[in-house]
Parts: sequence; structure tokens; C-alpha cells
Amino acid sequence: MKLLRLIPNNTNFDFLRIKVIAFFFSLIILSGTFISLMVNNLNYGIDFKGGILLELRSKNTNSPNINELREKISTLNAGEVSIQNFGKDTDFLVRIQKQEGDQKEQIAMIEKVKSLTDKDYTVRRSEFVGPVVGDELKTAGIYSVLLALISIMIYIWFRFEWQFSIAAILALIHDVLTTVGLFSILQLEFNLATIAAILTTAGYSINDTVVIFDRVRENLRRYKSKTHYFIYNKSINETLSRTVITSVTTLLALFIIFFFGGAVLSDFALAMIWGVVIGTFSSIFVAVSLLTYFNINKGEKVDDRTNVPEYEREN
Amino acid sequence: MKNLSKIRLILIIISVIIGIVYALPNFFNTSQQIKSFNFLPGKKINLGLDLQGGSYLLLKADMDVVFAEKLDTLLSDIRSSLRKSKIGYKKLSIQNDVISFQKRGETSNEKIKSVLFSLDKNLILENKLDSFFIKFSDQNKKNITKTTMAQAIEIVRRRIDETGTNEPSIQQQGADRIIVQLPGLDDPSRIKKLLGKTAKLTFQLAHPTISPDDLDINSKAPPGFVKLQEDKNPDRFYMINKRVMVSGEMLKDASPTFDRNNSPSVSFQLSPLGGKKFGRVTGKHIGRAFAIVLDGKVVSAPVIQTQIFSTGQITGAFSVQETNDLALVLRSGALPAPMVILEERSVGPGLGSDSISAGKIASVFGLIAVMIFMLITYGMFGVFANVALICNIVFIIALLSLIQATLTLPGIAGIVLTMGMAVDANVLIFERIKEEFNSGRNILDAIEAGFQRAISTIVDANLTTLFAALALFSFGSGPIKGFSVTLMIGIATSMFTAIVITKYIVFLYSKKKDINSVFLQG
Repeated sequence: MKLLRLIPNNTNFDFLRIKVIAFFFSLIILSGTFISLMVNNLNYGIDFKGGILLELRSKNTNSPNINELREKISTLNAGEVSIQNFGKDTDFLVRIQKQEGDQKEQIAMIEKVKSLTDKDYTVRRSEFVGPVVGDELKTAGIYSVLLALISIMIYIWFRFEWQFSIAAILALIHDVLTTVGLFSILQLEFNLATIAAILTTAGYSINDTVVIFDRVRENLRRYKSKTHYFIYNKSINETLSRTVITSVTTLLALFIIFFFGGAVLSDFALAMIWGVVIGTFSSIFVAVSLLTYFNINKGEKVDDRTNVPEYEREN
Repeated sequence: MKNLSKIRLILIIISVIIGIVYALPNFFNTSQQIKSFNFLPGKKINLGLDLQGGSYLLLKADMDVVFAEKLDTLLSDIRSSLRKSKIGYKKLSIQNDVISFQKRGETSNEKIKSVLFSLDKNLILENKLDSFFIKFSDQNKKNITKTTMAQAIEIVRRRIDETGTNEPSIQQQGADRIIVQLPGLDDPSRIKKLLGKTAKLTFQLAHPTISPDDLDINSKAPPGFVKLQEDKNPDRFYMINKRVMVSGEMLKDASPTFDRNNSPSVSFQLSPLGGKKFGRVTGKHIGRAFAIVLDGKVVSAPVIQTQIFSTGQITGAFSVQETNDLALVLRSGALPAPMVILEERSVGPGLGSDSISAGKIASVFGLIAVMIFMLITYGMFGVFANVALICNIVFIIALLSLIQATLTLPGIAGIVLTMGMAVDANVLIFERIKEEFNSGRNILDAIEAGFQRAISTIVDANLTTLFAALALFSFGSGPIKGFSVTLMIGIATSMFTAIVITKYIVFLYSKKKDINSVFLQG
């Protein structure tokens, strides 16, 4: 049986030669992120904004009519309302802004929509988030992302050198920001699951970065006489096959969630698909490229010869 | 090879068997099947509300109301202890959560302070010349909140239990919040209605001469009286004596019934003490209107015809459902604080089961896709990785069942994602073996070195991912927490399966066969 080989043995790409182009590319998506955040902001879901959400399924499977539903709900004068198809033709997501007045008004509005649509629709899900909770969740979300970044930074600092930890964390911030950017540009709903997707992406990306850094560290010890440039490139090349294969298996899983996991999970999967792609990119082109700007010490002591097989020892 | 000890093999087999035993109950659906496998120790994984359907409510006790009430009580306590100690005072009043008064006469300030502190040593007391200012300290508020919440949770539980909801979960969150989870209940409107009433019931006399017909929205209440709205008709007002004659705490029982005119009403029974009081009041005030006040609104104000002792009826313009609910909340007691709903999430059973089947399909497809990919990439080694992957999934399911973690929809996504990421450890090892082999080692040495070197990378890479998962866990909102738990478990089990199980199989295989040819294809 002939085995699949995505990456040939002993590749020798000069990744760092195109680091300027890669930086430029990063710069473009980062500026795209900031511009979009300023212009579009984020499409906050009710988790963060507060408000009401109902998922309705039409009982009449033949001709579910979104306009009819719109008209019906507009009679409630509920303020800003968005109605869209959700996954299936018969399913609709109704979002209603936070109502004037206290919590009672919010609860009452849910009841109103329910009784109004009772005849033709079944309520599959109804959610209401008060503004207090929304703000708290927002703060908790920001803190948890910061907490993740800081603890990862400290761990890498501890296991590697400080330069590695700076490079890794900048690459991570890059990933987090551009994922947020994706949500802003596509105006996907930014909710609790998005935070989960961002943190998972961060976890994946740092995983990738650490694997390459690990090899860099090893090679720094091994090839003392070679330039940093050579060592970094070699490390990326040596780990390239693993990087690609793991990305492929992870992406396989994610695409399957995207297509088969139901409408609730599709945005979540999309965020992570993007995260895996951008995370892989940033591990190579941001994290390792940044290392070239530090003068990392290759270590004073003589080669740890036990760590290097005999046939590879050079003089 | 030293890694092939019998003990290691036995330990692996035992752990896999334990994994299978604990994971197994999750694969039976009908209770019949479960019954016949009753001997299994494990339980099924807990499904989150988003999968099994149900409602989640986040309630907050409105403590400001309670503080204001307690301050009122404190005011009367201060009044009576000043009187008892024969201390003259004037202008005793509450303004902006502060009680203030001025002393009259020659009592020393120290004496007054000690009288006040004897009421509660935690009070904050300020004294300027003859004026005294008293307010609650944070410690007071903390204590009040604590006792209020303990009562509130008890009452909430009683009210929900009375509705016959299955396995409700009611827990306190933070200082003044309660999380209510109601599995299987997709429309919590009745529960919300029940929790929306504090159900403070009082019986108070109405004004002897001012009748509701004389009152409108602008009418002022004479001293000692308060103007209250009618429950069902906000435009109708009653002038009610402030003094509470009998209150809801003296209720022994309440049940829905019908009155003489066959309209729905609630009959109640008072405790012996309450009955005595009730008898005294009704005996003394025959001919007067006696108002039944619920949460600050007048339900009705019937005229007392004869002396009544321990039983009576509350009539009003009720529907049958309303009398059921009213009787229920009266039986369960008044909530010590009004409850505000901060967050509500309800999932119907349809969406829940759709999510489960979508999750199942995604899991099976994900597994197949990853396994095929590993097979065509690594051949025989791919088979080993796939065995490890299946063990991995068994372990994840077993651990989730064992710790009775809650599996949510994002949690299922976490499992599918773990399938993709779990093979990473194997990939790292195999790639390393290949490298070692390509640089001139014989295959057995390459395998040995490959495992040895890959392990430190695997640990570093997985620990950093674990930090992200921990951050996610600390973020801690229901479904997301479930996701982070599966992710963390997945990280741990994938490390175990790669480092222990794959390794054993690979060593076993390499010992038995000449594997050079197998591995170098491609």
C-alpha cells in the first residue's frame, strides 16, 4: 500500500526569507480587524448585549414564511428585532432588543412572542439575558482570555527563554485579534461560544508554536556553529510534516462539526477553522520570525553530546 | 526491550477494561437494556440542559428592599429601647438609608451610644452634638444577606417542589443570586410566576370612614394609614391601617377552593396563635372592612360579619389557576426578598434531541475521517494510532461518566475536536521516529529515540493547551464549562494513550516483525 505523504522528507524551504511578506500579510489582516472593529464593531449576541432570543420552528413545513413572521412580530413594537433563518428553512432565530423597563417587561415580551406565534410555530429555545449579566459575562470573557495568555506566557518563560515567551505571546495575540476580526468582518454573532472558540484556538496555536520552539531549542544546542537563521529554518522544516498532518486531522474534525454539528455549532466551528489556519500560520511566520529579532544565546556549555546522535555530531 | 514488561501490559489492559466498563452504560438507550446491565458500576453521563431540554434561571434577590425593611425594623427597635431607657428624643426618622434622631434632655451621649450598640454592635454610629446617625455596616448587610438567602433558597425550593418538577437543582451563586435548573421543563412561565411573587400576606383593617369610592390616585393618607392599590384593578384604592393584625407566617395551610358563589377562592387555616389573634380582631371590629393584602396590594376587603377564628377564605377575582398558585405560594411561605430574573435559558426537547443526534453524527464522522486519514498516512502505525484513538474516546466517555461531568453541546464539539487533536501526540512520535530513521539509525533505535524525544515536546505542548482550557473553565458559564471539561479530559487521556498505549503496541510490533519495510513506504 502506498502511503499518503503530504510533506516530503527533508524539506528545505526558506521560510524566513518570506517573513517580511508574512508580516505584511499579518499587518493587513490586523488593520482589517481594527478598521472593521471601528466601523462595524462586533455583532454581540444577547449573552453580552442582553436581550431576548427565540428559536422557532414552523409547524407548517411547506411554506414557512419569514415575512409573515416578521410582520407578526413587528406588531409587538418590540424595538430592534432581527429575524433570520437558522440552519433549516423551517427554523427561525428571532432576536429582540432589551425592552424598556425592568426584568418583568423582558419576561412579558417572551410570553407575548410565544402566544403570538403559538399557532404556527413551536418554540425550540428561548433565552433572555439581563444587561447586568451581559456586562458580567463580557468582563469574565475578557479576563479569561487574559488569564490564558498570561499563564501561557509564564509557562513558556519558565520552560524556554524569555524571548520565546514574548514571541509566542505576540503570535497568540495575533491569533486572538484576527479571530475577533473575522467575527467583526463577517458580522457573525459574538457570544459565549465564540470566547470558547477563541480560547481553544489559542490553545491549539500555542501547541503548534511550542512544538516548533521545542525543536528550535534542541537545534540551538545541537548546531552551535550554524547561524540562527539556519537553525530556525531547519526547525520549521523538521516539524513541518507534523504541523501539516495535525492541522489536517484537526481541520477534518472541525469541518465535520461545521457541516454536521447543527446550526448551533456552525459559527463555533467556523471560528476554530479560522483559528487553526491562522494559528498554524502564526506559529511559523509570527512566532519563529520574531525570534530572529532576538539574539538568543546558544548556551555556554559544551554540547550536550548525549543528546545528539553520533552520526550527527559536527565539529 | 525493557518496555515490554508483563506488568505494563496488565496495567494497560486493566485500565482499558475499567474504561470500557464505565463508558458502557452510555451506549444503552432503553431502560430495558439498562436493567439487564445493572451490574455495571457506572452511570450515564449527565446531559446538560441544552441537550436534554430544560430551563435555566438566574435569580437575584433584591436586597435593597430587604435592607430598607430591616432599617424600618431597626427604627422601631431604636424607638422602643430609647423609651425603655427613658431617653428623650425627637425627629426620629429615616433618610437615604440612615436613621437619625436628636436627643432631648440631659442623657449623656455615651449612654445613648451604649443603648444603640446593645441593639447590634455592628451598626455604624455617628454623633454630632445632639444628633445621632445610625446605618448598617457592611457586616450587618452581609449577615442580613446571608440569612435572607438561606431562607430564600428554602422557599424557592419548596415552591418548585410543589409544582412537581423533576429533579430541580437550586443553588446559591455569589452573595445574592440563585441558579435554578429545571431539566425537562421547557416553558418555565409558571415557575417564573410563582417565583415572581414574594407572597407576603397580611390582614389589615381598612379605614372606618374613608371608602374606596372616596379615593383616587391623588388622595393623601392620614397618619397611621396607607393608600394601597387593588390587586386586580389598579385604579381602585383602599385606605388601610398600617398596623398588621395577622400575617402570613401564622398560616398553617392554604388550599384552592370555591366560595359560596362558586367562584374560585383560597381557603386558609391559621396556626393556633394566629387563630387567637384573628378571633380577637374580628370579634372587636364587626362591621369594619378587613383587607387582605398580598405583596402590598389589596386582594379584597370583605366586611367582617361575625367573629372568625382559625379558618377563612380569600376571595377576589381569581381564575382557578390563580387560586392554585396563590394557595401554593401561601403554603410555601413568603420569600424574604423579591426575586428578579437576571437570565433565562430554555431549550425545548426537540432542539435538545436534534442536538444530540447532530452531535452523534459529527462524532462518528469525525472519528471515521480521522482514522482513515491516519491509516493512509501511516499505514500500520496508523492502525496503532487508531487503536489509541479509540481507547482515548473510551477513556473520555468513562471519565465524564465517572466524575458525572455535564456534557453540553459545545462539550460534544470538544470531544470531536479532541479526536482531531488527540492524534497529534501520535503524529509527533511517528514523525520523530521517521526523522531518526532517516538520519541513519536502525529502526528499533529510531523507535526508542523517537518516543523518548517526542515525550518532552508532547508534555510541553499539551500543558500549554491545558492552560487555555483552565482559563476557559474559570470563565465558567454552563455550556462553556462543559466544553472546557471535555477538552481537559481529552488532553489528559490523549497524552496517556499516546505515551503508554501506542508505545506498547509499537514496541510489541517492532519486536515481533521486521517493520522497516512497513514504515518506509510512501
